[in-house]
This record gives sequence, structure tokens and C-alpha cells, in this order.
Amino acid sequence: MEDSFVVASRAFSSRLLLGTGKFPSGASMAAAIAASGTDIVTVALRRVDPTATGDDILDFIPTQDVLLLPNTSGAQTAEEALRLARLARAAGMPDWIKLEVTPDLRYLLPDPVETLKGCELLVADGFTVLPYMPADPVLAKRLEEAGAATVMPLGSPIGSNQGLTTEAALAIIIEQAGVPVVVDAGIGAPSQAARAMEMGADAVLVNTAIAVAQDPVRMAGAFAEAVRAGRNGYLAGLPAVSDTAQASSPLTGFLQGNA
Amino acid sequence: MLGRTFQESFDRADLAGWRERSLSCTADDVSRALNGQGATLGRFAALISPAAAQQLEQLATRAHALTVQRFGRVLQMYAPLYLSNECIDTCTYCGFSRESGIRRLTLSPMRVESEAEVLLREGFRHVLLVSGEHPRIVNAGYLSECVRRLRKRFASISIEVAPQYEDAYRELVQAGVDSLAVYQETYDRDVYDQVHLGGRKKNFDWRLETPERAARAGMKRIGIGALLGLADWRYDALATMLHADWLQRACWRTQISVSVPRLRTAEGAIESLNPVTDVDLAQYVCALRICLPDAGIVLSTRERESLRDGLVKLGVTQLSAGSRTEPGGYEEPDHEAEQFDVADHRSSREVAATLVAMGYEVVWKDWEASLHGTA
Repeated sequence: MEDSFVVASRAFSSRLLLGTGKFPSGASMAAAIAASGTDIVTVALRRVDPTATGDDILDFIPTQDVLLLPNTSGAQTAEEALRLARLARAAGMPDWIKLEVTPDLRYLLPDPVETLKGCELLVADGFTVLPYMPADPVLAKRLEEAGAATVMPLGSPIGSNQGLTTEAALAIIIEQAGVPVVVDAGIGAPSQAARAMEMGADAVLVNTAIAVAQDPVRMAGAFAEAVRAGRNGYLAGLPAVSDTAQASSPLTGFLQGNA
Repeated sequence: MLGRTFQESFDRADLAGWRERSLSCTADDVSRALNGQGATLGRFAALISPAAAQQLEQLATRAHALTVQRFGRVLQMYAPLYLSNECIDTCTYCGFSRESGIRRLTLSPMRVESEAEVLLREGFRHVLLVSGEHPRIVNAGYLSECVRRLRKRFASISIEVAPQYEDAYRELVQAGVDSLAVYQETYDRDVYDQVHLGGRKKNFDWRLETPERAARAGMKRIGIGALLGLADWRYDALATMLHADWLQRACWRTQISVSVPRLRTAEGAIESLNPVTDVDLAQYVCALRICLPDAGIVLSTRERESLRDGLVKLGVTQLSAGSRTEPGGYEEPDHEAEQFDVADHRSSREVAATLVAMGYEVVWKDWEASLHGTA
């Protein structure tokens, strides 16, 4: 049975999205993209240089095979994000935007107020918007109402590899979502990606864990397998978790002989 | 509690006491600091202690891991472009000092553009405009004009010029400046007084408050630092860490970086008063990275090739290369007009090739004019 990941009426076969920061070279990034089987690759507009004298980051992204998803990394306000998005469109990039508004420069946490405002501005300007957001269930609904194509709550602070420290809130977001939920940021190990998928997330976005691995290509493959495994686990229907062991000789067994 | 101004926190901090304690730290203190968390003076004092120098490999291992985790194996390249060497200040360590016999010149904005062409051809997209302090010749109007001519071609424009009032910074941000470098030179008030003999720069507190003024004016990125070799390096290291931490907390929308320049020979200038060894410098870089995992660390061509390549792994995130330190020097090199001798004479392409061979990605562009409201 086909199990596509559908965003804004477009179907993707992979549920692993890749970020492109921190790779030790363009070549290793390209190899990791290939090994991950990803269909969506996000790139910071601030890194793109059409006038580059040498190689530019876009030279290493196979845009014929994957959707290039420009992001607004560096923006601190909704207006800055809008300007960046328009720049991307003017440069001929797809009008899909990963909205990132992160005024906090130490943990790069998204600003909920500016993110919502930015989403409204970008949607009104005709963009397909995928907002990076704090794991706040009410904000997720507000973004959905504002026209976001997905919501992308963080698992933990970006680049921290702490995994799903926001798990309880993620569960509520997933339960209530009317658009796909992509867990973005903080996923540091394939097992954590699998866990997010088992919980019912529609996809995950991974960057640091792959880019700074000793072997980024192998790690990209490991995440691809983990995402598939987690998704299958979710679709198969995980058995309920119980607080107590279900003994094979229940305490009431002695009654059965008397029935 | 965080001081309302950095000066308040600085005056309260008893940095001389922390320096003393640093000298008597034990191996246990160092282990605790390595395993600890946060940017406290106690932790930092242990990491820059003589005891920690005995565990430099452990410091380096931790610093390297934190750098890779936060920044990846990625180096951001920039180049300085000297606008003017005119200066009204008398600073005993600087080649541009008022009393120094160098040839004085100020580039016209048109000449600035043609200098910039050379840097653009080399691949640079981040430029740092540098000048001496001369309020009549190098004022906000002149700087804004230079910036307006460059901003379409460069992704990021930084300035390292005399401290300005908040309004002047606002004007410069409007013109397209996104980043400011302002180094206290030394945080030791006595030494500061001894090496700054005259001119506006003699005012320690005016300089100390400069990063806050620039942040209030909307400067997106601010670099601070001490010129190592003027005062005791541990004292200046403690003060710099405190300053960076204060700025990260108080100006949380501003990206803070720390530069680690060591005093170099300059025309008519003094020798280093408190020499800083290569080991000291490496230890300082490690301690900064461990206590301030998110701060950029900037290294210029003041240091020689082998040391620069080594320090990259310990925490440096931004490098200049192929630098000329005299106005007009990219088009017409002129040793009679330079600020200091550079120690790494490789071209930017050679530096980049070395970094690539070391397994690092060299990033020429990591900013966008749209991010500061002037695009």
C-alpha cells in the first residue's frame, strides 16, 4: 500500500527531511543526501550566493531529484523572513519556504509571536509555508488556521542532539493536527527519529546528527531506516503500554476451576 | 544579578581576585570545570589556570567537540579593508598612533570600491572596514557613503572604527552595516591608562559601553576582545569572558563573537609588556569555547600559519586571510602605511585549500542584506 507523505497536495515518498548546515564539505553533503533517500532538502538562503567565485552550496543539491526548501535562517522578525522569502522567489527558487524566526541566538529558539505573524504574511504573499515552531499545541493550531502547510515543532533545542525532550507536547500536537507534523530540531540519534515516527509524526527533519557524524553517509542511511521502521511501527499499531506486567497466570486464575 | 550596564557588572566582579584564584587552582578544580556547565568566572578561572595548562589535551578535546557540535567543521572567511590610517589617538602599541611616522592616507569612497573589487574577485563576501580614529575625516557620513557603495556586492559589512554614539550606529545600520568589532584592548584600567597617552581613546568607560550602544542601535553582530600582551592575559581573558556573557544575556538578539588578537610588531610601537605564549593562546581559545559554546571566535592573520591551522580545531569559527593592513594595500601594497606586520602571508585561496585538506568547509557567504532591513 502506498504510504505517501503529502504536503500541500504534493506527495513525497520519503519522510526524512534533511538540513544542509555543518557538513565538512559540499561533496559529503551531496553523498549524505543521496544515502538518506530524502525528497526534501532545506538550505539557508543566507548561505546561497549566485555570484560565488567557487562552488556554491546549491551546486551540491540535486534539485532535479529533491525539492529545494529555502529557509529563512537568521531572520529575527516576520518582516525579515518575508524579505528573505521574496529574495528566494526572485532568484527562481520554489515558493515553498521553511519559516524560521529565531531572535534568540544562543539556542535558536523560534519566536512564537513573530512566527505566527510571518506565516500570515508569507501565506498572503502566495508562499507554501512550513514553519519551525516551539512545541506548543495552541500555536500549532493557530499556525494551521493561518494557512501553514505543515507544522514543525522542535524535539529539543536545535543542534543539541537531546532528542524528544518535548515529547508530551508533541503528542498533543500530533493528536490535534490537521496538517502534517514534522518534528524538527534536536533529533540526535536514529532511535529518536524512530520514536517520533512511532508517536505518529508525519516526518522528521535531521541535520546536525548527520552532518557532524564521523561518517555522514552511513548516518544518513541509518536515519532513513529508522524513519521507515518508526513509520511502520506506527502503521502496524503499537500495542498499548501498561504500567504493570500482564502475568500469564493472572491473580484470578484460581477462580476458573470453580466456574 | 545581571548589571543594568556592563560597567556595573564589570566593576562588581573582582576580576583581580579571580585572577589570583586562577593561579592557585588545582587539578581537581580543572576536572570540575571541564565537567561543569555555564559561563561562571570560577569555572573560567579554572580553565585558564596554570593547572589547566597541564591538561591542555583534555581541554582541547572538549573544546573541539563543542565546536563541531555547534558550528560543524565550517570556517567563515572575511577580509579587512583599511579605509584610513589617520588617527588622533596616541596608543603606544599601534602603528597608526598619532606620533607614528607612517604615511597617512584616507581612501576616497571610489577607491574603497576598487579595493573591494580585489576582495570580491578572491571570493570574499564578508568585509570588515577598518580605520583609525579621526572624527573629522572618518565620520559616520564618510563611512555610510563607503558602505552604500559596497552593500550590493557584499553579503555582510562589518566595521572596526572609533566608538560612535548610538545615533551614528543607527545611521550606519541603516546604510547597511550589520556587524561591529570593537576591542577594549585591555580591561585593566591602569594598563589602559598607561598605553593610551592621549586622544578620545583615553576614555576607558566610553569604549567599554560601545557594544551596548551598538546593540541598542540594531547592530546584529558584535565582536569584542582584548589585545593580548598589554596586561596580564588571565585578567583580560576573565574580563572578556564576563563581557561576552553579559552581552549574550543582555543583548540576546545580538550575535556575540570574541576575537583573540596578540600584540604584533608595529611601526614605532612598544614590545609586548606581558608576552602571551602559544600555549596560553590555545588554552584561552579552549576556555572560551567551553564556557561560551555559542560565541563565534575570530582569528586574524596576526598569527602564523601553523598556529592558525591548529587553533581552528580548538574553537575558531571565523578567519581572515590574505590581509593587507594599510589603506589601499590590496591594489598597491605599501609597507610604510600598515598597522602591523601580518604573520600568515598565505593568500586567501591557499588558506582555503589548507582548510579543505583538513576536512573543513570554507564558507564565504553566511549572511544576507535582507536580514538587516536595508535590502
